[in-house]
Amino acid sequence: MALRATYREAAGVTVVDIGGRITLGEGSALLRKTIRELLEEQRTLILLNLADVDYIDSSGIGELVSAYTGVKNRGGNLKLLHLTKKVHDLLQLTKLFTVFEVYSDESSALRSYQ
Amino acid sequence: MTQDSKHLEVTLETQVESVNLAEEMCLRVAEAAGFGEDDCYRIGMSVREGVINAFHYGNEERPEKKIHLALDLTPEKMVIHVLDEGKGFDLRGVPDPLAQENLLSTSGRGIFLMRAFMDEFEVIPGRTGGAEIIMSKRLPPPGSAGRNGKSQNATPNKES
Repeated sequence: MALRATYREAAGVTVVDIGGRITLGEGSALLRKTIRELLEEQRTLILLNLADVDYIDSSGIGELVSAYTGVKNRGGNLKLLHLTKKVHDLLQLTKLFTVFEVYSDESSALRSYQ
Repeated sequence: MTQDSKHLEVTLETQVESVNLAEEMCLRVAEAAGFGEDDCYRIGMSVREGVINAFHYGNEERPEKKIHLALDLTPEKMVIHVLDEGKGFDLRGVPDPLAQENLLSTSGRGIFLMRAFMDEFEVIPGRTGGAEIIMSKRLPPPGSAGRNGKSQNATPNKES
């Protein structure tokens, strides 16, 4: 399934709702484009809602890391919300749980930016 | 190759679409062979990573080069070969993606994932002069829970 991404504003944070597969090719490219657009609009507090992301490969992981460092370098913060079991396990396996802040409910995630 | 073994071979173009094609093909074979959902996920991911490795690092995304994918299905296991037409590489030179200094790297996790998800994994010099990845997954015993069992789990095998 192709990746889709839309974003909305909540409590000063840009919540990006993503669905599909973040993999080599279009999926990774769309995530990169979305983050670049947000940074161009000076939106640097970003919450990626991955509730509907059922698959990520190493290229997708690389894109998530790139998004994280890109936002950090602009003085912002990028956090993750609602990981599916597969994505959760993959981030644990690659030790990226020690890098990303991960939340399972949106209100807590939004409060963490205050 | 014994009478009970099956062999499938395909030559893929060096392009992004080959990654999905290889994954789909191997998934169909794995499902038909009786692997459960978890193992199919691990096999599919490993094939993706093997072909991404050949596409990007081995063949350096050069369209005139090919990626050779072969599957051997024996009564015991499924063996996958991914051969590129690059210069080959030494596994010992691959950085550990779990090292603190590499955690924020945007690449270099493919080999790690294949090792974690498959039962056996090695890289040998290929007949093309490039690298040949050989990896395998043992078939679940007939009648076991893993035989086409359904769950959603990306945790690697304990023995990996």
